[in-house]
Amino acid sequence: MIAATSETARRIEAHLSRRARWRLSEIAFWLAALAAIVAFPSRAALINEILVAGLFALSLDLILGLAGIVSLGQAAFLGVGAYAAAILASKDYADPTLGLAVGALVAALLGFVTAPLLLRGADLTRLMVTLGVSLLLGELANRNSWLTGGADGLNFSIAPVLGLFPIGFTGQRNAALYSFAVLFVLFAVARRLRQSPFGLALAAIRENRLRAGALGIDTSWRIVAIYTVSAAYAGAAGALLAQTTQIVSLDLFDFHRSADVMLMLIIGGAGYLYGGIIGAAVFIVLRDVISAATPEYWEFWIGLLLVVLVIVGRERFQDLVRRAASVVVPRPARGDAA
Amino acid sequence: MLTILFDGVAYGMLLFVLASGLSVTLGLMNFINLAHGAFAMVGGYVTALMMERLGAPFLVTLPVAFLVPAVLGVVLERTLYRRLYGASPLDQVLFTIGLVLMAMPIADFLLGDEARQVNLPAWLSGSLNLGGVGISRYRLFIVVVCGVIAAALQLFLVRTRFGAQLRAAVDDARVANGLGIDVDRIFAVAFAVGSGLAGLGGALAADVVGGIDPSFPVKFLVTFLIVVTIGGSNGILGALFGALLLGVLDVAGKYYVPSIGAFIIYAVMVVTLILRPQGLFARRDSR
Amino acid sequence: MTGPALEARGLQRQFGALLATDNVSFALKPGARQALIGPNGAGKTTLINLLTGVIKPTEGHVLLEGRDVTGLSANERVRLGLSRTFQINQLFPHLSPIESLGLAISERNRSGADFWRVAGTRPAIVAEIEDLITRFGLDADMQKPTRQLPYGKQRLLEIALALATRPRVLLLDEPAAGVPEEERQDILAALAALPSDVAILLIEHDMDLVFTFATRISVLVAGRLLTEGDPETIAQDERVRAVYLGEDGHG
Repeated sequence: MIAATSETARRIEAHLSRRARWRLSEIAFWLAALAAIVAFPSRAALINEILVAGLFALSLDLILGLAGIVSLGQAAFLGVGAYAAAILASKDYADPTLGLAVGALVAALLGFVTAPLLLRGADLTRLMVTLGVSLLLGELANRNSWLTGGADGLNFSIAPVLGLFPIGFTGQRNAALYSFAVLFVLFAVARRLRQSPFGLALAAIRENRLRAGALGIDTSWRIVAIYTVSAAYAGAAGALLAQTTQIVSLDLFDFHRSADVMLMLIIGGAGYLYGGIIGAAVFIVLRDVISAATPEYWEFWIGLLLVVLVIVGRERFQDLVRRAASVVVPRPARGDAA
Repeated sequence: MLTILFDGVAYGMLLFVLASGLSVTLGLMNFINLAHGAFAMVGGYVTALMMERLGAPFLVTLPVAFLVPAVLGVVLERTLYRRLYGASPLDQVLFTIGLVLMAMPIADFLLGDEARQVNLPAWLSGSLNLGGVGISRYRLFIVVVCGVIAAALQLFLVRTRFGAQLRAAVDDARVANGLGIDVDRIFAVAFAVGSGLAGLGGALAADVVGGIDPSFPVKFLVTFLIVVTIGGSNGILGALFGALLLGVLDVAGKYYVPSIGAFIIYAVMVVTLILRPQGLFARRDSR
Repeated sequence: MTGPALEARGLQRQFGALLATDNVSFALKPGARQALIGPNGAGKTTLINLLTGVIKPTEGHVLLEGRDVTGLSANERVRLGLSRTFQINQLFPHLSPIESLGLAISERNRSGADFWRVAGTRPAIVAEIEDLITRFGLDADMQKPTRQLPYGKQRLLEIALALATRPRVLLLDEPAAGVPEEERQDILAALAALPSDVAILLIEHDMDLVFTFATRISVLVAGRLLTEGDPETIAQDERVRAVYLGEDGHG
């Protein structure tokens, strides 16, 4: 063993663990979010929506940003998680943490089972498979209205969180705090995951799958693993959605949910984990502003944004967003290895 | 039962014409064009509006329903699409979703959101009795027209020089270019024809699907994608088979087990992708 | 270790009507310094792909240190000690050399599935990264994303990466390809400094490199092994000359 580490070794170590410590700006980000909930109780519902959407977008970031897998079917897990939690609550198992856990678990199971479908075939195949699964589930949910309530939805109520904090209609601020807590914990875990050797292996798979295999990485298992985790996160987001809004509907499985979350992630930037939350905030605020102005045609502006974004170049756009966001949040520096 | 089968075949042929353009852009340029349904919508509207406002006969509107989207396709291809030929699938998906999201509100704004109906001429309405089997005249018309189109496309690909160039370009664009084939022009023409066919398909489909409305592109996007996915992107026959299979399964499914609904086609797609990720008819050594 | 480090027995690979690899058999001794030469299109890269498991043979077997690995996937073979480099750099554009090497080493240690520990907190791995970085002269650029490295350095990283897996057998696919004149010395030096207990098969067009490096040369023509022998014999073989003189210049 080397007793005294050389200068080079020190630099290597510093480089590898450069993102481990929480930066001041990150802490400030989370404190600011918390402060917003406390300071603006009348906006609690909106903030809650952003937090839940942020978690959903984070789940997509885990597979798209970290592993480079394009999916159009993330809504499948959102829907499954939401319905699992709602069905549980409607059968009088109304404890939210239970519903959250079950929602995440059921979604994870679905992810695990469908992950092998991702491994074969080209990008289009993957897109279609992920889309197909979410549409299938939507149909299943529709057909089995004895369980899901079909188009009418389900009637259920949620017990207070930890038996102390009601999150029903009168507890909007509590709901936002609850979502915040869940998002923060899951985010911290994802952050750790990204910096681990496993996260590094995912980056390698994303950058050059062929070479990753040539280094001995069993790419298939890693992909199944991250897809399962991503599904669990999306399921948790779904459960949160159901519990904090007390609504579930079949449109959770819709294509436009998967498209929206992808857009959110693209706006915020994929790969550094904060992009989903930032993108969700921008997207939702924009949506509310635009729909107030032109309620029927807001889709048009979103479409235009997408087209411009792609033509201008996602990279360039993301650089702009990141530079703006770096005031609040750490971003990979220009020359830094991402 | 035969009636159902025939209806299924008719629906399948329709899907084929609608989706053939998508199959071409995918197989030819490896380009995922999710906005394909918008061209179909345009064609449908052309027919509906020409009949409504100009009193034009149904048959006359059909070539126009082909031309307008074809021209639109060329314009869009030259200005926007071609910048993205080498782009990542994600970019292509985002871009074309963006286009669709723009197209639908435009249609809504210009034409309102109720479904425009196409009133079929008398000679195409009602049914015939062929050997004891009731066949809808319109469905028969669809089968004939689409069959002719399919045959024409196949002949074109196999017998003409342009067709040969197209196939060469599909196989290996770089080599084709090196051989002096103007791959750019071929792409533009293929894209135009594909969009035109989509428009024609939209016009023909109007009666079958209950009218054309602004949500048409998204409603049928998934169906088109399924046709292409099942049939592979290896050419006319694959797409035709995929479309027919889908058409029959969908119609039969809905008739015999009404509660199944769209479940069947989604399930078929997922199963196909599990067993053969490149579709049922893909090239053996697909890149 | 008495048997061959790597062995091919009757390898065949068909692509439709094309027989890319035609009944190829050879053995690589432990610690070998062997070169594989042949004109363009002879099927050298296909052979490498067959040996490493990127593609499966239509017939024949591959044995690694006596063990039949024909049915194993590429990454399984790497774990058993068979590594390769690629003719066109296959690197991780946005990862730094430190991260790329650290990744390879973690994988070898089977700690690559670890999702909780922060990368870089194991001193042994850091030491190994340092060793490879200094040996291949990558210190100056080690923290930059790979795509910012000059081509010659990338090529060196390509070799370092394969070495990080501590292979028993190393297949090098044209390591000097495309490297500018000034940087070729580094490649040559790196090749000369490779561990002597690793069996190496070198594919190259550059005859200087081949004759400097190899103690044994195999010649592949149209998917088939024409002949095999020590450098002098091969240099004087009429058939080999004919094959090469038939080309207008080689790469």
